[in-house]
Amino acid sequence: MSNSSTPASARLVPEVGLGSVDVVRARLARELPPGALITDRTRLRTYECDGLLLYRVTPALVVLAQDADMIQRAVRACSDARVPFVARGSGTGLSGGALPHADGVLIVTSQLRTIREISPDDQRAVVDPGVINLQVSEATRPGGYYFAPDPSSQQICSVGGNVAENSGGAHCLKYGFTTTHVTSVNMVTPQGDSITLGTRAPDAPGYDLLGTFVGSEGTLGVATEITVRLTRSPESVQTLLAGFRSTDDAGAATSAIIGAGIVPAAIEMMDALAIEAAEAAVACGYPDGAGAVLVVELDGPREEVEHEFAQVQQMCQEHGSFEIRVAADDEDRAAIWRGRKSAFAAVGRISPDYIVQDGVIPRTALAAVLREMNELAERRGVRVANVFHAGDGNLHPLVLFDESIPGQGDTAEEVSGAIIDLCLEHGGSITGEHGVGSDKAHHMPKMFTADDLDTMQLVRCAFDPAGIANPGKIYPTPRLCGERPGKRTEPHPAQLAGQAEVF
Amino acid sequence: MLALTTLSDVDVRDAAESDVVAGLPARLVARPTSPEQVSALMRAAYEDDLVVVPRAAATMLHWAPRPTACDVILDLSAMDRVLEHQAGDLIVSAEAGTPLSRVQEAVRASGQRLAIDEVVPGSTIGGLIATNLSGPRRVAYGTARDLVIGVSTVRADGVMAKSGGKVVKNVAGYDLGKLMVGSHGTLAIVTSAYFRLHPIPEAAVWLRATAPSPRSAQSLVHQAVHSQVVPAAVEIDAHPTGETTISVLLEGTSVGVAARVDRMATALGATTAESPIGDLGLPGTDAQPLLKITSQLSAVTEIAQTAVDLGLHVRGSAGAGVLFAAVPDSVDIVRAVDILRAESTAAGGATVVLRGAPDHLDAWGPVPALDLMRSVKNRFDPQHLLSPGRFVGGL
Ligand SMILES: Cc1cc2nc3c(=O)[nH]c(=O)nc-3n(C[C@H](O)[C@H](O)[C@H](O)COP(=O)(O)OP(=O)(O)OC[C@H]3O[C@@H](n4cnc5c(N)ncnc54)[C@H](O)[C@@H]3O)c2cc1C
Ligand SMILES: Cc1cc2nc3c(=O)[nH]c(=O)nc-3n(C[C@H](O)[C@H](O)[C@H](O)COP(=O)(O)OP(=O)(O)OC[C@H]3O[C@@H](n4cnc5c(N)ncnc54)[C@H](O)[C@@H]3O)c2cc1C
Repeated sequence: MSNSSTPASARLVPEVGLGSVDVVRARLARELPPGALITDRTRLRTYECDGLLLYRVTPALVVLAQDADMIQRAVRACSDARVPFVARGSGTGLSGGALPHADGVLIVTSQLRTIREISPDDQRAVVDPGVINLQVSEATRPGGYYFAPDPSSQQICSVGGNVAENSGGAHCLKYGFTTTHVTSVNMVTPQGDSITLGTRAPDAPGYDLLGTFVGSEGTLGVATEITVRLTRSPESVQTLLAGFRSTDDAGAATSAIIGAGIVPAAIEMMDALAIEAAEAAVACGYPDGAGAVLVVELDGPREEVEHEFAQVQQMCQEHGSFEIRVAADDEDRAAIWRGRKSAFAAVGRISPDYIVQDGVIPRTALAAVLREMNELAERRGVRVANVFHAGDGNLHPLVLFDESIPGQGDTAEEVSGAIIDLCLEHGGSITGEHGVGSDKAHHMPKMFTADDLDTMQLVRCAFDPAGIANPGKIYPTPRLCGERPGKRTEPHPAQLAGQAEVF
Repeated sequence: MLALTTLSDVDVRDAAESDVVAGLPARLVARPTSPEQVSALMRAAYEDDLVVVPRAAATMLHWAPRPTACDVILDLSAMDRVLEHQAGDLIVSAEAGTPLSRVQEAVRASGQRLAIDEVVPGSTIGGLIATNLSGPRRVAYGTARDLVIGVSTVRADGVMAKSGGKVVKNVAGYDLGKLMVGSHGTLAIVTSAYFRLHPIPEAAVWLRATAPSPRSAQSLVHQAVHSQVVPAAVEIDAHPTGETTISVLLEGTSVGVAARVDRMATALGATTAESPIGDLGLPGTDAQPLLKITSQLSAVTEIAQTAVDLGLHVRGSAGAGVLFAAVPDSVDIVRAVDILRAESTAAGGATVVLRGAPDHLDAWGPVPALDLMRSVKNRFDPQHLLSPGRFVGGL
């Protein structure tokens, strides 16, 4: 009756053992063209961190891949030698997902920037993993289409990185996250095989490995080519900026809009401190004295947009907006968005240091969470600026501090962690778009039980039995793939022997 | 004595004559009332090495290939409650055995809906997830795959595990909900799930246009699909004899829809209609074998033409690239599948026999990344105790 090709007992054999990166270096020096391999210490340091500057590790070796074949060669060499590898796109990640491994290989895709195909008729584009997000839209817009996922980093982040992080953006309230916009991925598995997940058409038969790969933060392999779904450019777009006295008022307006059955393309909120920062950086001219602003954008057929836009304006007024600015043209619209999109970077203007948090709450808990967050910050003597996707409850509190004041950095970290606890208390998530990475692995057990995490590890073990793909990310203490699930009593023998710490 | 039959307080009985899966009689039927009971049952079945096939409303239990064995039917019909509806957050959760219609009822009062069409009446949440059933509105809202935001499952070894959660935006850990969608009960038992909801639009109008054949409907489909009027559905229905119908659904505000209907009707030369042809149902009769053919958008009408030329009745979502085709007795199904499989594969898709595949025909066809799927199955269900043989590659 049981026709398993791998008998259960085989899983008891631990598959561990870390090889030496020297072996990989020597092999790749033979197999790759000279320009593809970075071994020089100074140049290696260029890659020691991603957008999360807090953690830095110099990789042992960097492969600057020039084509998919080089990625496969690099992974094969790692697989044969049991050496960890980490994929990296543009390195804009904010959770330390692309943090290198000191004894491993960093595989960089940033030179793979060819858009292979654009087919408006099929609503598809096929791109290399290093292609910049915004370039996909720029290339497809003349044909009447664009790529909907639009993280604020869209001018620099790569599509491969978007796939790995399941990135969001201001418009995913209406259009969904990266996962809805990817139909197929060619990838190299951690065992060095080149395979295709998904198809150009929807509903590929079989397990939805693609859906699992998207958002797996580089722990299941390296994407080498990505087929994305293109979205028809809307006929009409309307954007407004509304100033409110308080975040409570702006939150009430948001609830009213959603409650009326309107699904805006975007609803973004900024609080007073975030506005102050944006003004300091880009002089966006947001309403004077606003305690909060909302950016609301509607898009779609002309008649729908006109009708609902009038309703939105009215609802903002009814909930206390004292100034509403409607973008008259694309230039106005860009100005409104400039303030919002520059907010992270702008915070540097009003505080020497800051931590960007990325928590999610059910949207209806917004007012309560903001209040509790402010109380918390006040108690601990730090400031928190808020910029967020109000429509779907994804908060990005920026915890401001000054590293030169002893203890403030630690306090800021504590506050940042406490904010995550607050999100979980309200039924939310520890991350909405930036990912778990190196940064939040220790929060995972607060959201998931050991059994939940073990179950996720079953997928990991199927893709990566040797545990060499981006080890140490997402999961706090993943067990070795050979262990029986559900029994976690003592350290694994391989751990005791000092062989398996990296897992 | 089987461990399964000694569980206290859990409803386990001998199978009746009607407890069959695709013609295969079961030995026992277990009817749990909670996830804990599902867990206890699965643990016991695992211990006894019993093959388990989950069953919800059994509307389509006979569809996939026959399992290689069936010791226990896990009947989830007693787990049929809507667990949580947060109108303000546009989310709902329900137990696996809950009929979709009951979920819709629960959220309708708040002007909301789970944007999944009830293509087969009686479908339950668990069945929807297991089969990734979809209807016309998938063009606008996607399928169960896109709307599930969290799942609770019980593994083959009885361990309870969840992934995702109750917020729409969430990237913590792997998205195992997607892995469950379309897995036909072969990876784990789904016990409940969270979904995102959508507001019920104020107005919904169907338009209908006809053409002599699928091929000649190409420009109608193209115009509708690529229009900025944003259809929620673009359906095609084509017979070997008779006309091809294109149905287009426009949803939105009353004012907006009225204007958009005018524009779309003029563009297509279409008239308004009560519903699409055949409402939402699948083509053919329940006794006929049924195919699911997927392809890139630009190939849909050409593939529909091939199917019609072969004598099949085709209906489906031209706007998504998903067609269903019914195979009448007079047609050699093996030859038809061969031809359609070659054509759809070349167009980036696949042809699957959903129902009524003869034993010598591979219902699923070749599937990329099968080795990896096999290792996922082996990790989740090493003894192959969950619906073995029903899925791709004999999994
Ligand atoms: C100013 C700023 C604003 C931002 N705004 C947003 C936002 O609005 N929404 C949002 O979601 N994110 C945002 N981010 C975060 C970041 O830009 C995204 O996570 C982005 O998707 C990362 O892409 P990248 O190419 O820089 O990836 P990297 O940082 O290089 O890598 C990120 C992760 O992806 C993996 N990876 C990269 N390439 C591949 C590949 N080819 N195959 C497999 N794994 C791979 C890495 O191993 C790593 O785990 C922002 C970042 C900054 C700095
Ligand atoms: C192979 C196959 C493909 C199908 N494809 C389509 C399609 O493309 N379009 C379409 O319109 N309809 C399709 N259907 C029909 C669809 O199954 C039904 O419309 C409906 O979703 C079944 O619901 P049900 O509650 O009656 O489930 P049942 O008929 O009781 O079960 C259906 C399948 O789901 C599994 N299952 C049920 N509950 C659970 C659970 N809680 N956890 C895990 N597995 C469970 C069962 O073992 C069985 O394989 C398909 C059915 C099958 C079997």
